[in-house]
Amino acid sequence: MLLLALDTATSAVTVALHDGDHVVAEESLVDSRRHAETLTPMISSVVAAAGKSPVDLTAIAVGVGPGPFTGLRVGLATAGTLGLALDIPVHGVCSLDALAYAVARADTPPADFVVAADARRKEVYWARYRTTGESVERTSGMPQVSRPEELPEEIRSLPAAGRGPTLYPEFFAAALSPLDVPAGALASYAVRELAAGRDLLPLQPLYLRQPDAKPATAQKSVLPR
Amino acid sequence: MNDPLILGVESSCDETGVAFVRGNTLLGDVVASSVDQHARFGGVVPEVASRAHLEALLPTIKRACAEAGHSLRDVDAIAVTSGPGLAGALMVGVASAKALAWALDKPLYGVNHLAAHVCADVLDHGPLPEPTAALLVSGGHTNLLLVRDIASDVVELGGTIDDAAGEAFDKVARVLELPYPGGPHIERAAEDGDPNAIRFPRGLTSRKDLERHRFDYSFSGLKTAVVRWVQERQAAGEPVPVADVAASFNEAVADVLTRKAIDACQEYGVGDLQIGGGVTANRRLRAMAQERCDAAGISLRVPRVRLCTDNGAMVAALGSQMVQRGLEPSSLDLPADSSMPVSQTKAS
Ligand SMILES: [Zn+2]
Repeated sequence: MLLLALDTATSAVTVALHDGDHVVAEESLVDSRRHAETLTPMISSVVAAAGKSPVDLTAIAVGVGPGPFTGLRVGLATAGTLGLALDIPVHGVCSLDALAYAVARADTPPADFVVAADARRKEVYWARYRTTGESVERTSGMPQVSRPEELPEEIRSLPAAGRGPTLYPEFFAAALSPLDVPAGALASYAVRELAAGRDLLPLQPLYLRQPDAKPATAQKSVLPR
Repeated sequence: MNDPLILGVESSCDETGVAFVRGNTLLGDVVASSVDQHARFGGVVPEVASRAHLEALLPTIKRACAEAGHSLRDVDAIAVTSGPGLAGALMVGVASAKALAWALDKPLYGVNHLAAHVCADVLDHGPLPEPTAALLVSGGHTNLLLVRDIASDVVELGGTIDDAAGEAFDKVARVLELPYPGGPHIERAAEDGDPNAIRFPRGLTSRKDLERHRFDYSFSGLKTAVVRWVQERQAAGEPVPVADVAASFNEAVADVLTRKAIDACQEYGVGDLQIGGGVTANRRLRAMAQERCDAAGISLRVPRVRLCTDNGAMVAALGSQMVQRGLEPSSLDLPADSSMPVSQTKAS
């Protein structure tokens, strides 16, 4: 197998290639404003670095967020189109799960921790995790979006990965790396879940927020009062 | 040998469009619109539009393939709107087009949305005479262009300094309590009205304004004049003659649009005028343009309405012109450029 993994839900544009045993190539660039520009050139470079071409890919795994919407959609549009053009399956992975998996694969992972990613507007996307053997389990249900000061005390007291603790250090006990999703971890997580016969997510963004728009109101008077 | 097969992708505003063009022939053209989702907001909401683009993207590509009877593997080049437009919306199409170009190993052309509007006409009427003057009027644009080469040499002669013409229709519709989008509803209301009942202002047509803004448009003063006229009637407890207001407003818009377009043709010695954009559906605008072109000895080209609104066909058509002229493709790191100038027909 040759699985292409990509994620654009955090500040990094990140791409990796997994052959079923190992991550064989990986690249990341932290530039939260240029996801649309850099993603496909990075995919091209990662696949070329492994000596492969597009037709060698057998599956795609993509981070479906939560994350800032515009960047997130670049990853989903790219992954979905690649799947269609190459006629291969596309699997969604919660981006916070991929980040948590990277934490769990570190040398001495904490037993319980939080992933808190930047949600802009002074909020974080977050979920709580437990390390299980070499993997992770999400123990707080679906990811949520909150102001850091409104997080439950038992969440704030846990070490936290992602950009949340860097942006709002006063609300988190300790910061863990990584800050952004590494596609290598996303690839390994996806390969592991698929091998275990578990379904990943559909190709649908986890927005967690409604678009911010107000219905039209009546025309204001232009007459002098 | 067959002309190359071009796939066009458009996502700059509220329509997701995908189409196939070979040479100047349209083979399949599918548009998914999110216009209904914007109605209760009275205008396009960028985040709503971007979400709708992502949802519609893959189904629209598949339907375009089915309609054209082609698979993606048959494509010789990809064209995509790289700007101008709503940044978040553009990015969906740009990301998808890049993925196609890389996966299929085909050249990618990031094209200018405004030039693509003009180019839609080749699908109905064959190659554009050069030079051609082009008037683009929609909810997003009001531009007067001089097209010396549709693939590489387009100059903006003027544009709106405030609202686009289509926006003015939406705002006036609101005042008259007509639904969004305003264009078709105002036109229907205008059918029973007298276009000369009220003399609404023609923006930027005074002698002083013409010195600085000869080919520019302004609709904000017109909109305010309509609002004021209506509110004065209401304040006096008089009924508002909706049909007369709609007809008089419609007349003012059509008058100023066509007057400046004809003036531009005469100033630059151009014998052809092309009109595009969604407001082209307005029958009064088309009729007045035809009358005035006939009187001035200018030939008028207007594609069918379906090709005037945003679609993938116009993007594929412009990509096809670029391929026919042997232009260099764009690079895979081309940006979604929300303010791409019309002088830049192709992203580098
Ligand atoms: Zn347009």
